[in-house]
Amino acid sequence: MFYREAGQFKTSYKADQALFPILQDRVGLAVILITAFAVIPALANDFFLTSIMIPFLVFSLAAIGLNILTGFCGQLSLGTGAFMGVGAYAAYKLTSIFPDANVIVMVLLSGVFSAAIGAIFGLPSLRIKGLYLAVTTLAAQFFLEWCFIRIPWLYNYNASGAIEVPHREVFGIVATGAEATPLARYFIVLGITVLITFLMANVLRGRIGRSWMMIRDMDIAAELMGIRPLQTKLMAFAVSSYICGVAGAMMVFFWLNAAEPSSYSIRLSFQVLFMVILGGLGSLGGAFMGAAFIWILPVVLKFVPGLLGFDLAAETVEHATFMIIGALIIFFLIVEPHGFARLWQIAKQKLRVWPFPY
Amino acid sequence: MNAFVTEKTLPPSDANEGTERELLLRVDNVSLSFGGVKAITDISFDIQKGEIRAIIGPNGAGKTSMLNVINGFYHPQEGTITWQGQVRRKMKPYEAASQGIARTFQNVALFKGMTTLDNIMSGRSLRMHRNFFWQLLWRGPAEREEIEHRRKVEDIIDFLEIQAIRKTPVGRLPYGLQKRVELGRALAMEPDLLLLDEPMAGMNLEEKEDMSRFIIDVNQEFGTTIALIEHDMGVVMDLSDRVVVLDYGKKIADGPPEEVQASQAVIDAYLGVSH
Repeated sequence: MFYREAGQFKTSYKADQALFPILQDRVGLAVILITAFAVIPALANDFFLTSIMIPFLVFSLAAIGLNILTGFCGQLSLGTGAFMGVGAYAAYKLTSIFPDANVIVMVLLSGVFSAAIGAIFGLPSLRIKGLYLAVTTLAAQFFLEWCFIRIPWLYNYNASGAIEVPHREVFGIVATGAEATPLARYFIVLGITVLITFLMANVLRGRIGRSWMMIRDMDIAAELMGIRPLQTKLMAFAVSSYICGVAGAMMVFFWLNAAEPSSYSIRLSFQVLFMVILGGLGSLGGAFMGAAFIWILPVVLKFVPGLLGFDLAAETVEHATFMIIGALIIFFLIVEPHGFARLWQIAKQKLRVWPFPY
Repeated sequence: MNAFVTEKTLPPSDANEGTERELLLRVDNVSLSFGGVKAITDISFDIQKGEIRAIIGPNGAGKTSMLNVINGFYHPQEGTITWQGQVRRKMKPYEAASQGIARTFQNVALFKGMTTLDNIMSGRSLRMHRNFFWQLLWRGPAEREEIEHRRKVEDIIDFLEIQAIRKTPVGRLPYGLQKRVELGRALAMEPDLLLLDEPMAGMNLEEKEDMSRFIIDVNQEFGTTIALIEHDMGVVMDLSDRVVVLDYGKKIADGPPEEVQASQAVIDAYLGVSH
């Protein structure tokens, strides 16, 4: 009834190929963007911004990065955490070497380094697929983590072995370091995430996105249609690692303020992979939904007993949260193995004919 | 080397009637083996521009291997392949594709997660050139290029009468339609040579008739040269201009359908003969 495309005719291929050809979707997107850019900053407190929104956006971006590689190009990777780490360390080195440069530009540039590293570790993908490829990316994870620990140049020979984000200003506003306000960080993270998501949506609907999906769905047929497998896969690795790198740099610069090598461990890789699988392989929207589920739900759940008047010990709440999240993951994967994105599509399909489905 | 080929075998519908047809592809003494198994032994034949060439033979005769050799998926140990007058070096499948060889598969090899439209658009990949940064922007050149190719793809969709399933993921389509989409995808490449590997396998009579009509239309309207493998002898004899028959990796007959049908070697291969 409310979500109906009847009567919305397209008279040009241009209109038919728009990102959101249906009016209701465009309205929905506008509402989400207004909420993100105006309502949340106006209403949210610092805790909501720093503990929920900023990490959520950072993880969403990382999930988009991994989704490009795994969801759209079909190459399973367990090296996400390390590629994020490369971005973080690269951004840290860049801003140490060029202290006067715009830190946002440095964060965006840092992705270039992780793209290069990602492409190198993507080389085996020409010969191996699936779980075997996952194992070689696992090697990337361990090797890069080793580098973060053993190469002191990367963390400027700090005694602590960690990287601490220096104070940087952008156009007179403190952007990074301890003094940066959550609001400023939020806007930067939101801006970068929205921008990259939009650019990726463009790439994915064009020739290059199609060539990735061709490799994913049937690599032999893709090759017989003129797709060069190595180039295409390496490009997916590079683009994916770029985005993961930017997400990793944002993670330390705008959220954590400091990071150790262990911040970018295999745990992070798995966390992002779960977001992608749960959200839906091959869907940009799914990356956001997966990140929301894995990151926001546990934070929210921790407050539920308190709000309901139960007085539980902190550890009990923690454990209960783990159990509930675990059960929910299993539940959702049984209901819809293709993730939230597919659930959302089915819901839209149902809404289209509601309330008269027959 | 093709003893059977004479002037009279050329189809009358040909535009340049009376003149000797140009060779599109020539296969000379090609042999292919996998370890000790000889898939193809010393086969020579040619494909002329504008004809429908059938490759038939009993199961395991080496038909699909022959197609794989033609589009660069297998590399023969011996023999040469001459493509448009030039001897072809060892090449990768994507190079064969860029030279104008398209194909469909025996078991449908569509991109299951993509829509019909995207599947056929993927056939245009080689003709689209806007680089990554234009694609990022989308507005401007990348979008114009996309729309320009969309027009061509829509022509193919019209031609194959699959407008209704334009936005349906191909994994959900029935088998007959999937075969049709696969033909559309190959057509989108605007190939010089179209290889069809059993385009009618598993189809009912009506679907076979439709597909036969599409194949003839492609050949006559677009002038595309077609090489097809098919087991339905009725279809082969009606559609093709010339037929080459393989058995156990060897060529046993080559010529127009009537001659091949009458050949004792072919009858023996299909019906079996007591030794």
